Amino acid sequence: MKTITLSHGSGGTLMHELIKDLFIANLDNPFLNKLGDAALIKFGAGKLAYTTDSFVIKPLFFPGGDIGKLSVCGTVNDLAVSGAMPKYLSCGMIAEDGFSYADLEKITVSIKNTCKAAGVNIVTGDFKVVEKGAVDGIFINTSGIGEEFIDSEISLSRIMPDDKIIISGTIGDHAASILLARENLKFKARIKSDCGPLNKFVSSIICKGIKFMRDPTRGGLATTLNEISLASGYNVAIEESSIPVKKSVRALCEILGFDPLYMANEGKLIAIVSKDIAVNVLSKMKKHVLGKDARIIGEVKKEKDKKVYLKTQSGGLRILDMITGEQLPRIC
Amino acid sequence: MCLAIPMKILKIEGDRANVSNGGVQRTIGINFLKNPKIGDYVIMHAGFAIEKLDTAKAEETLKILEELQ
Amino acid sequence: MKYIDEFRNIGIAAKISKLIQEEARGFKPVSFMEVCGTHTMAVERFGIRRMLPENIRLISGPGCPVCVTPKNYIDKAIELSKIEGIIVFSFGDMLKVPGTDSSLLKQKSKSNVKIVYSPLDAAQFAEKNQDKKIVFLGIGFETTTPTIAATVKYAKKKKLKNFFVYSGHKVMPPAMKLLARDKFINIKGFLCPAHVSAIIGLKPYAEINKKYGMACVISGFEPLDILQSILMLIRQVKLNKTRVENQYSRVVKASGNIKALRLIDEVFSIKDSDWRGIGIIPKSGLVLSRRYADFDIEKNTDLSEVKTKIDKGCMCGDVLKGIKTPLECGLFSKKCAPENPQGACMVSSEGTCAAYYRYSPGRK
Repeated sequence: MKTITLSHGSGGTLMHELIKDLFIANLDNPFLNKLGDAALIKFGAGKLAYTTDSFVIKPLFFPGGDIGKLSVCGTVNDLAVSGAMPKYLSCGMIAEDGFSYADLEKITVSIKNTCKAAGVNIVTGDFKVVEKGAVDGIFINTSGIGEEFIDSEISLSRIMPDDKIIISGTIGDHAASILLARENLKFKARIKSDCGPLNKFVSSIICKGIKFMRDPTRGGLATTLNEISLASGYNVAIEESSIPVKKSVRALCEILGFDPLYMANEGKLIAIVSKDIAVNVLSKMKKHVLGKDARIIGEVKKEKDKKVYLKTQSGGLRILDMITGEQLPRIC
Repeated sequence: MCLAIPMKILKIEGDRANVSNGGVQRTIGINFLKNPKIGDYVIMHAGFAIEKLDTAKAEETLKILEELQ
Repeated sequence: MKYIDEFRNIGIAAKISKLIQEEARGFKPVSFMEVCGTHTMAVERFGIRRMLPENIRLISGPGCPVCVTPKNYIDKAIELSKIEGIIVFSFGDMLKVPGTDSSLLKQKSKSNVKIVYSPLDAAQFAEKNQDKKIVFLGIGFETTTPTIAATVKYAKKKKLKNFFVYSGHKVMPPAMKLLARDKFINIKGFLCPAHVSAIIGLKPYAEINKKYGMACVISGFEPLDILQSILMLIRQVKLNKTRVENQYSRVVKASGNIKALRLIDEVFSIKDSDWRGIGIIPKSGLVLSRRYADFDIEKNTDLSEVKTKIDKGCMCGDVLKGIKTPLECGLFSKKCAPENPQGACMVSSEGTCAAYYRYSPGRK
């Protein structure tokens, strides 16, 4: 009997196949088929962006955030990287019988604070309670509408060879903080999630030269670059020495055998920009607090075997595949 | 089977030591070491120090590598 | 990171790579085998194969203790996790290894499987939760075995009645000897495992070198270590002067770690062991010694009823020995792929088959 497994939800190959073979195959329409972070829909004179995301994170509270903050940022960021200013969010919660009221209050206050920081409002919502054990504590879904930026022309079809690839900051922070908080591995490190709204950051850099953006969440930078390579048809080449990673995140990864390239981020974006304006976009990013560690990490190539190549720290060459399942701490 | 990382000893308490590298710290067992001292680098694997890192030999190896013909 | 980044220097790596190209020029094709999962990972991670000339081949042998753990062990571990009152503790690596119907990862969500970084954490959990039976999955070669030995001694000192080990530990040299004397294997030497050697020293490799003429270089895990070691192996073979050399002298002492070896001897006894994809290798496994039998879960719980379905068509044994390529295995990329691995070579994300799957242009 065919079953859905955890690997189907980890952002990698199996999930992509499921989306293609089941959801797209049945729900097929031009908006969904684009598989963008948000759907861009003509509305009156401009375009509306519309997205949805569900949050099932464990633990609910972690250094740098909680499920409430994450549920706002996730949707705000999907809209922002699609080239839209987020305006209105919905919020649906499913809690298990016996869930702590104090925790629910903490989460709600967190949602409030994050909305304020992002300049958005929760305009409609839903709340359900299910039997103990039917959900793990609490699950949250948010959907959001945004208005396309005037200067936005985000489209996968605009990606061309020689376009530069920019990462807005250090990678792996969020996944590393969850790892420390979740599994009792008994390490001490000053690592916190980068969970945060990117819309005001995007607003400060948006221009026609930015051809595409995506936030590298589940599956990390490597998986997102694979998605971009597969969808655009072009190879991607990046350099390990250019990729910013915080010292302590890197150390934790070395110790546990994790690869920062495959670790989730919740406050970063990848931008594919025209070669001529790359340095200009980079300097605009660096002027904003969320982009101070931004780096140009590589470029789009003209070859079309849809692979992502990494020049390693020691000068070797490695092919970066899409993640297949979740990473686990290793001794081997 | 061998994923193990050099860590510096910051503090020793009996057969346990607090070690650190790159801003990440842990308390590990040092039962397998001969006369460990604060400041020593040790190879950490599965919560134990399995051997000391000879820093003089490390520098020597690096020098040889730099001068390889 | 100190004592790591210096050994990844791109300039020196390029220089050693050039020296390897020069040394190997005109040389007939030669294969070396690395027998350590961490070497397999490092070679892949730093893209080292692409820095080697065509005529120097590096084969991934059965070096990952997790991947050579037999299916039956996994099935029994899963069975233990289903028993009321038992919590199975394990290193993370073990969780994705497939058993007959399931894996430990699939059982994890029911809170009866927990990941730890150190076996001692499992024993300390047992100490604090006397109402639960804790079983630690003891997997690993000589690098890891001392840590479980120290943990069992701790459990004995604390008089724990609810802490057990399910030993799947193996020792490296018998497997290397088996590979070295295999008629079909065409390797000229071994890249010997760094941290296993830190424990066992150089002596166990003497026989592999003298009796079978294998070049042996104990290699660290950083790119400069691996490249230098390959250069040393090539030079040994070229000069027809094979011996055991220690490239990783900053950690490995010729005598090994006496304290660790004594502890392994005290807590464990040697037995025959089943290696996934290879079969039984005599005197290659470890079981808790009589003195520590109280901590052996197999003496405490009857697991003989657990039945395992054998892989038909799995060619891991030949792939591990470098005799066949993954493309010659009928299961490759059909019944056996990274999402549903059958044998050891695909279970490890950097095993020969998993690596082929990633690079092979033929796959979908």
